[in-house]
Amino acid sequence: MNQLDQIFVTAKASLLEAAEHFLPDWMVVVVSILVSIIAIAVFGPVTMMYLTLLERKLVGRIQNRYGPNRVGAWGLLQPIADGVKMLTKEDIVPLGADRFAHFLAPVIIVIPALLIFSVIPFGRGMTAVDLSVGVLLFLALASTTTIWIFVASWGSRNKFSLLGGMRSVAQMISYEIPMVLSIVPVLLVVGSFSTVRIVEAQDGWSWFVFTPWGVLGFLIFFLTGVAEVNRTPFDLPEGESEIVAGFHTEYSGMKFALFYMAEFMNTFSVSAIVATLYLGGWQGPWLPSWLWFFIKTYALICVMMWFRGTFPRFRVDQLMGFAWKFLLPLSLVNLLVAGLWLHLKPPANHLVSLAALALSLVVLYQANRPDIPKKRNYRYAEAN
Amino acid sequence: MYGFGVIKGMLVTLKNFVLSYFTKERLTTVQYPEERLPEKERFRNFPFLIYDDKPEDLRCVSCDICAKECPPKCITIVRDTDAQGKPLKRPKVFDIDFSICMNCGICEEVCPFDAIFMDHEFELGEYGRFEELNYHKEDLLKSAEYFAQIRPTDAALIEAKRRQKEAKGAHPTSPTPPIPPPSS
Repeated sequence: MNQLDQIFVTAKASLLEAAEHFLPDWMVVVVSILVSIIAIAVFGPVTMMYLTLLERKLVGRIQNRYGPNRVGAWGLLQPIADGVKMLTKEDIVPLGADRFAHFLAPVIIVIPALLIFSVIPFGRGMTAVDLSVGVLLFLALASTTTIWIFVASWGSRNKFSLLGGMRSVAQMISYEIPMVLSIVPVLLVVGSFSTVRIVEAQDGWSWFVFTPWGVLGFLIFFLTGVAEVNRTPFDLPEGESEIVAGFHTEYSGMKFALFYMAEFMNTFSVSAIVATLYLGGWQGPWLPSWLWFFIKTYALICVMMWFRGTFPRFRVDQLMGFAWKFLLPLSLVNLLVAGLWLHLKPPANHLVSLAALALSLVVLYQANRPDIPKKRNYRYAEAN
Repeated sequence: MYGFGVIKGMLVTLKNFVLSYFTKERLTTVQYPEERLPEKERFRNFPFLIYDDKPEDLRCVSCDICAKECPPKCITIVRDTDAQGKPLKRPKVFDIDFSICMNCGICEEVCPFDAIFMDHEFELGEYGRFEELNYHKEDLLKSAEYFAQIRPTDAALIEAKRRQKEAKGAHPTSPTPPIPPPSS
């Protein structure tokens, strides 16, 4: 059991042990770093490739279709066929485009997506870098994606691209705030930014999602996470019914694929961070820790795809209203709830925090109700 | 209730997702090369030339009516001649360019000899657009049994009509339909 749990850790350790025999000490350190880097650099794109297949399969089934099933058994080779197709397609750059920005954006957008993988605790002792500011790094890197989306849209010199980029920036700025605020309760309780410490604090069944503030924090963080990676119903930056394809209108071939790669890797990493912060990361009974982590992460990814198969796109005012008028106050309330929960004694704290939560939900619901004017009665006008 | 519609919508998609694995009728996609829809009898695609017993005795007498009526002009007919240069009642060349044919079926309607009919064959993909899709007489020949097999109703009607005409043809007063002169 323990062996299976630590299978990847021992594999790396034995590799390094073998390297020690014929390499100097400093080279062993380099090899150790390289092993982690290569593992992530291979894992990221492969995950992305198969997430595209998973998404097409799930959405297909939701729409009572088969989804891809021609290339290989159950379409398992479809991502590879798509990759080959993407690589062989013509790379078109618009005449008026800022060629440098147009080229740079899709290349760099993948880097933050890959870097986030370094702080994700994949299992017990399976974090590439246990940074003391792991969550902060995730937040910082996740928001840099916006810059490159905007660079892409600006560099394309296309009004649809630019509109998509503008929408993306507006959306990211709005959703960043409730996102960060929904993480704060976790940091408050754990007292550390380190993803490893956060997972260790949720030992046994004390996952944060089972606390009153955890439920709310989980929901807010998950929804803002969906908005952060521009997935339906928050996919305004690439709303194909309104602005062609948004920021990647002018991209083709591999550059286009790189945007998708970044989006799907962000999907994975956001789900992984949500699982880490609220669902106990790799904590769980019986199964190996890394398996628990992947079960939770993929469950969240599947929910995102379920969203995609269900919901239509938000209108811009609805999107902004949802973030500023509902999620932001709710995340602030959640902070208070978490404080109450932390500082009161056990039986009382659940009750008090739940009461505060329920009260604020009712108040927010009342305050957010759309103002529908009553139907007027024209007493005298009708008479004529 | 606020937010209730969201959950209701998600349950609908979940139901569709789960049931698509259990109810075969939900998946309406026909997995084409392996599965096929049954062919409709009146389906028409490209024309073919019919022969009765041997491929040599075509019903076609090279009258050129179909070639004249063909709206996109995809039929080319050259009349055969014997050793003396006397025109014969059979085509030497009968080409149909399937890259031009628009599957209208007018050739079938106008043919007074019931020699040309629309086929059910549709898997005719080729790598070229020109010579590969220009079907010659040998490629177009198909037997009367094949016709009776793919379109039994039409075949029965036409067979009855031909038999009637044959019986009438034996009568000395009604001559066989005149053959139009070869176009030159």
